[in-house]
Amino acid sequence: MTEAATELHHRVALDGPLTIYTAAESKAKVLDPLKAGTHIEFDLAGVDEFDSAGLQLLILAKQEAARRGCSLSLCDHSPAVVELLELSGLVSFFGDPLLIQPHLA
Amino acid sequence: MNIDDVLKIFIAESQELLQQMEDALLQIEQNPHDPDIINAIFRAAHTIKGSAGLFGLDAIVSFTHVAESVLDRIRSGEMAFNDTLTALFLQVCDQLNALIAHVDAGGSLDELEPALQKQGVALTTNLSHYLSGELAVAAAAPQRATQVVRESSDTPNEHWHLSLRFGPDVLRNGMDPLAFLRYLNTFGQIVHIVTLTEHVPAADEMDPETNYLGFEVAFATEADKETIEGAFEFVREDSQIRIFPPNSKTVDYIQLINELPEEDLRLGEMLVRCGALTQSELEKALLKQSEPEASPAPIGEVLINEQNVQPQVVTAALQKQKQVKDNRTAEGNLIRVDANKLDQLINLIGELIIAGAGTQLAAQQSGAAQLVESTGVLSRLVEEVRDSALTLRMVQIGTTFNRFQRVVRDVSKELGKDIVLEISGGDTELDKTVVEKIGDPLTHLIRNSMDHGIEPASVRLERGKPAQGTVRLNAYHESSSIVIEVSDDGGGLNKDRILRKAIERGLVSDNQSLTDKEIFNLIFEPGFSTADQVSSLSGRGVGMDVVKKNITALRGTVDLDSIEGVGTTTRIRLPLTLAIIDGFLIGVGKATYVVPLDMVEECIELTSDQSSAARQSTSDYIDLRGDALPFIRLRELFAVEDEPPRRENVVVVNYAGNRAGLVVDQLMGEFQTVIKPLGKIFDNNRALGGFTILGSGAVALILSVPGMIGAIAQRQAAPSTAMTINS
Repeated sequence: MTEAATELHHRVALDGPLTIYTAAESKAKVLDPLKAGTHIEFDLAGVDEFDSAGLQLLILAKQEAARRGCSLSLCDHSPAVVELLELSGLVSFFGDPLLIQPHLA
Repeated sequence: MNIDDVLKIFIAESQELLQQMEDALLQIEQNPHDPDIINAIFRAAHTIKGSAGLFGLDAIVSFTHVAESVLDRIRSGEMAFNDTLTALFLQVCDQLNALIAHVDAGGSLDELEPALQKQGVALTTNLSHYLSGELAVAAAAPQRATQVVRESSDTPNEHWHLSLRFGPDVLRNGMDPLAFLRYLNTFGQIVHIVTLTEHVPAADEMDPETNYLGFEVAFATEADKETIEGAFEFVREDSQIRIFPPNSKTVDYIQLINELPEEDLRLGEMLVRCGALTQSELEKALLKQSEPEASPAPIGEVLINEQNVQPQVVTAALQKQKQVKDNRTAEGNLIRVDANKLDQLINLIGELIIAGAGTQLAAQQSGAAQLVESTGVLSRLVEEVRDSALTLRMVQIGTTFNRFQRVVRDVSKELGKDIVLEISGGDTELDKTVVEKIGDPLTHLIRNSMDHGIEPASVRLERGKPAQGTVRLNAYHESSSIVIEVSDDGGGLNKDRILRKAIERGLVSDNQSLTDKEIFNLIFEPGFSTADQVSSLSGRGVGMDVVKKNITALRGTVDLDSIEGVGTTTRIRLPLTLAIIDGFLIGVGKATYVVPLDMVEECIELTSDQSSAARQSTSDYIDLRGDALPFIRLRELFAVEDEPPRRENVVVVNYAGNRAGLVVDQLMGEFQTVIKPLGKIFDNNRALGGFTILGSGAVALILSVPGMIGAIAQRQAAPSTAMTINS
C-alpha cells in the first residue's frame, strides 16, 4: 500500500498496548484517523498488549467507520490481537484476512 | 426458574387471549370476512396451542389443534364464518377456559370431570365435520404436530449454554471479560461463541473504560454447574450470568429470548445465539428461502419445516422482535400492580390526611406563622398525593361493558329475540372496586330488559318498531357521581299492573296516591315480579331488589324511568371513590358533621323571620330566589337539646337534580375526609354515610345526602297521604 494508490488511503500503525490502562487516550487514537480518508487500515503489528477494552475500541472504530461511510480494515494482527479475536469469535465481524496461528489451536 | 411461575403466566396469558378471541368472535358476526378479525382468532388459538405444548398439556394441544385447523381453512378462504360456526367457536372458547381453569386449580388434564370431557369430545367431533374434505391429511397432521411439540420439551443439546452480560464497571474494577472466557477454556472448551457488539454506543457517547460487551457461549465441559458458576464469582453481583445445563428445555431458551436485552435482531441470529440452532443450519435455511422456485415463506416457517427449531422458539423470538418494535413506538408502558398494594397505599394516604389535619390544627393553635405556612404547603401536597393515588385506582368501564356483548348474544339466542347491544361512554372512569361489583347488578338489569322489556318481533312490528330490539349501555360523569344507564326500546313498564301487584302484595295501600316514578321504583322492592310467566332468566321475584341492595352497598342509588310502549331506562348513580372525599364541615351544637363538598351548592343565612315563619306554618320550606326549597333541621333530626344560636345557616345540597336545605348552626369550611365505615348497628340509618376523624381527634359523622333528600321527600309525602285519606 503506497500513498500513490489513492490520496484517501491511510495506513495507521497502532503501536503499544491497547488495554484498559491506555483506553482513554487510545479512543482518540482509533477515531482520529477515520476523519482523514475513506480507506483506513490499522496496522496492529505493534499492539503488544490487548484486552476487552482494546477490543471494544476496535469495534467502536469499525462501527464509526461504517457510519461515516468509509472502510476500515485491520492488518498484520499481533499474536495478542489474534488470540482475542478468535476467543471472542469476532474474526468475521471485522472480516479481515488473518494469519492462521498454529500455536494457538 | 420455577415452572409454577411460568405456568401462572401461561394461564393469565391464555385467559387474556381467550377474551380477545371471544371479542373477535362477537365482532365477526358483523363482518364475517374481515381478515384482521379472522387472523386475531387464529393467532389466539395458535398461541395457546403453542404455549400449552411447552407445559405438556396435551389435552389442550390436541383440542386446540382441531379448532386451529378449522380456523386455518377459514383463513385461507376455503370456507367462511356463519352463525353456526361462530356459536361453535364460542363454545370452543368456553371449553378452553374451562380446561385452563382446571389446570389453574391444580388439576390434572387426565382426570377431567366427565361433563367437561364429554363436551370436549362433542366439540372435537363437531369441528372435524368442517375438516372432512381433507380428513386424510387432517388425521395425519395432528399426530405430527403433537410429535413436534413433544420433542420440544426435551431437545437434546449436549452443550452447556452460558448467557453472559458483564456489568459496565468490570473493566474499571480491573477485570477483563475475555479473561473469564480464557479461564473457561482451562476446564472445558468453548464450542461456539457470539460476542454482542450492539451495545457499543456511538463515538461521542462511548466511554472507553466502560464495558459494553456481552457473550452467548456454547460450552462443552465435564465440570458441574458449581464450577462454572465459580468462574464468574467476582463479577456475579453486577453482571447477568445465566447458565443452562446441557439438554435444557426449550422453555428455558424461550425465557432467555424474552430476557435478552432489547435488540432488534434478525430472528435467525437470535436463534444461533441461543444455541438452539447452528450457523450452518441457519445458512441452509436462508439458502432455501432464496431459492427461486420456493414460495417466499418467512424464515420462521422455513426453519420449522426443516424441523431444526421448535415452533415455540420461533414464536417466542418473533414475539420478542415485535415487542421490541412495539416498545419503541409506544412509550406509555403499563405496570401491573397488585391491587392489594394499591389499597394499602390508599389506606396509608388516608392516615396521612388525618395526621396532617392534626398537625395543621396544632400549628394554628401555636400561632407560629412559619409553622402555619409550612403545614399549609404540606396539606396542599398531601391533597395532590391523594388525588393522584385515587386516579391510580380508576379504570375505564369499557371492558366491563364489552363483556355484555356475549351476555346479550347468548340471551337473545336463548329467548329467540333479535337484540343488539349498543355501548357508549366506555371511556368513563371509575373506581376499580366499583367496577368489579357492578357486573352482577348490570347483568340482572340487562337480562331483565331483554326478557321483560323487549317485545317479540311480531309485537314490535305491529307497534311500528324495527324488528331488532336494542339494549343500550351508557356511562357518564355527573357532579362527583358516575351514572350508568341501561335502557331498552321495549314495551316499557305497565304502571297499572305494577300498582295492582304492589297492592296485592301489601306493599302499598290501595288509596295511596303515588307518582309515576314512585310506582316504577316499586319493582325494586323485595319479592316483586311483574312477569306473568316465569322464564329461566327472570321473573322469579329475585333480581331487582338484589340489584338495589348491591348498589346501595356501594353508596349508590338506582332509579327507573319508563314510557309505556317506548322503553325503559334504569339509572345507576355511584360515587366516584369509596375512600377519600373533599368534605364540608358543619356544626350543630357541639357536634361536627361532614357533607360531601361536591354536593354542596351554596350556603345562605336563615333569617329569624324565615325561621319563625316556617315554624308557624309547619311547612319547612323557604323561598330560594323564587323556588320553594324544602329543608330539614339537623338540630331536630339528631335531637340536639341545647338552644339554637341567634343566627342559623342553610346548606343547600343537590343530588340527582333534587335540592334540599340543611339547617345548621355553624359553617366550618372544607376538610379532606377519609371515609370510615360505620358499624352494622347503623345499617338502617339512611341519613349517615360513615364517619371520619378530625384533626383534633374528635369524630364527625358523614351525612349521606341521598339519604337526607329521601327523608325529606318522605316527610313531604306523608301529609299529602293524610290529606288523600281525609278527602
